[in-house]
Amino acid sequence: MSQETLEYHWGKHHRAYVENLNKQIVGTELDGMSLEDIIIISYNKGDILPTFNNAGQIWNHEFFWESMQPGGGGKPDGDLLELIERDFGSFEKFVEEFKSAAATQFGSGWAWLAYKANRLEVGNAVNPRPSNDDKRLVIVKSPNAVNPLAWDYSPLLAIDVWEHAYYLDFQNHRPDYILLFIEKLVSWEAVSSRLEIAKARDAEREGEEERKKRAEEEKMADSKGVEMYLDNDTDNSEVE
Amino acid sequence: MALRSVLTRKTTLGLGLRGIQTFSLPDLPYDYGALEPAISGEIMQLHHHKHHQAYITNYNKALEQLEGALAKGDTTSIVKLQSAIKFNGGGHINHSIFWKNLTPVREGGGEPPHSSLGWAIDTNFGSLEALVQKINSEGAALQGSGWVWFGLDKESKKLVVETTANQDPLVTKGQHLVPLLGIDVWEHAYYLQYKNVRPDYLKNIWKVINWKYASEVYDKESK
Repeated sequence: MSQETLEYHWGKHHRAYVENLNKQIVGTELDGMSLEDIIIISYNKGDILPTFNNAGQIWNHEFFWESMQPGGGGKPDGDLLELIERDFGSFEKFVEEFKSAAATQFGSGWAWLAYKANRLEVGNAVNPRPSNDDKRLVIVKSPNAVNPLAWDYSPLLAIDVWEHAYYLDFQNHRPDYILLFIEKLVSWEAVSSRLEIAKARDAEREGEEERKKRAEEEKMADSKGVEMYLDNDTDNSEVE
Repeated sequence: MALRSVLTRKTTLGLGLRGIQTFSLPDLPYDYGALEPAISGEIMQLHHHKHHQAYITNYNKALEQLEGALAKGDTTSIVKLQSAIKFNGGGHINHSIFWKNLTPVREGGGEPPHSSLGWAIDTNFGSLEALVQKINSEGAALQGSGWVWFGLDKESKKLVVETTANQDPLVTKGQHLVPLLGIDVWEHAYYLQYKNVRPDYLKNIWKVINWKYASEVYDKESK
């Protein structure tokens, strides 16, 4: 990836998203909120609001820069490799699927490796029967500024396939750019540590949901006791 | 240079039911470098010879697969192919119009429209400047990839400015809409020359816009 590309991509495109979002949120209720909160609010369950494009693109680009390193590429190891082999069959098959997703995102957008936990793909639906089998790695592609936070997935790796990401270096040859990204740029270290964070966050969330469920069950059990007491009282008064 | 347009070539593919047309890349009515300095020859060559050609190649492929699916009554495939047809067929339609929307300065590029279209623009938008400003701001504001259009609504007889995403043709915004001018705002249309400064591309392209062509279409479609 040439210096010229980075100068424009980071120095102009990414910078413009930051400047424009700051202008958009100054004096509004979004001012002072975290970037991720702004993204979720302006994604608005799919009916996107004007701040979404800038907010999403800021997050996406930061994530993208950190997905790469000089002298990157090679293969992942440890937990990450295990999960990749489990969910895609082999590292090679994962690479093929990832390259294909990136090449077939029509128009502007991104391709992702994400940790899905046991979320559903529909924005505000709750998975009625969460199971450990649902906790998998998935490859997804998204248009324009959309990213997997919209589906409550944990992104692990991203490649920018807007034309500005590769046009100076590769012109229309997007597949060559994608190949280069995989072979020479990907930071598997970054992806691995994101996976650990994602799994930990997911475990914490499950624990919290368990606690909430138990607290509600206890509350219901208590209130049943009160009702029974009232019923007995009424019966007694009638007898008398 | 005369317009040599080799837009379609009938070919029967011998599949029994009927032949399908295959499409081929229309020639540009001017040299790649003829629109400089508004649009560089490098961009014109890539845009025409690589991007537009790729849409046509993939469109033909999708049509061939569609023919097979239709012959077998394979509804799943028929439905699955719709997005490839929309992307690539749309890309072919849009770019074919685009090449005609541009013309070198020495052949009238940039000369403002007169007579009926000129009058209609003044009526609908106040002035040509106002129209250009509207098109440019809509084009600059478009997120991601798409087109900004200046069109005629055949039913209401009104002139409109619209945008479409990706390669959606103008008709997807209204069945009575006819494109008079379309400006490609996909990054490939300007990046090598203008980089991230899409507004500069939009400012300069008016120097090579073919208003004569737009007027002809308007006269024909507004009868």
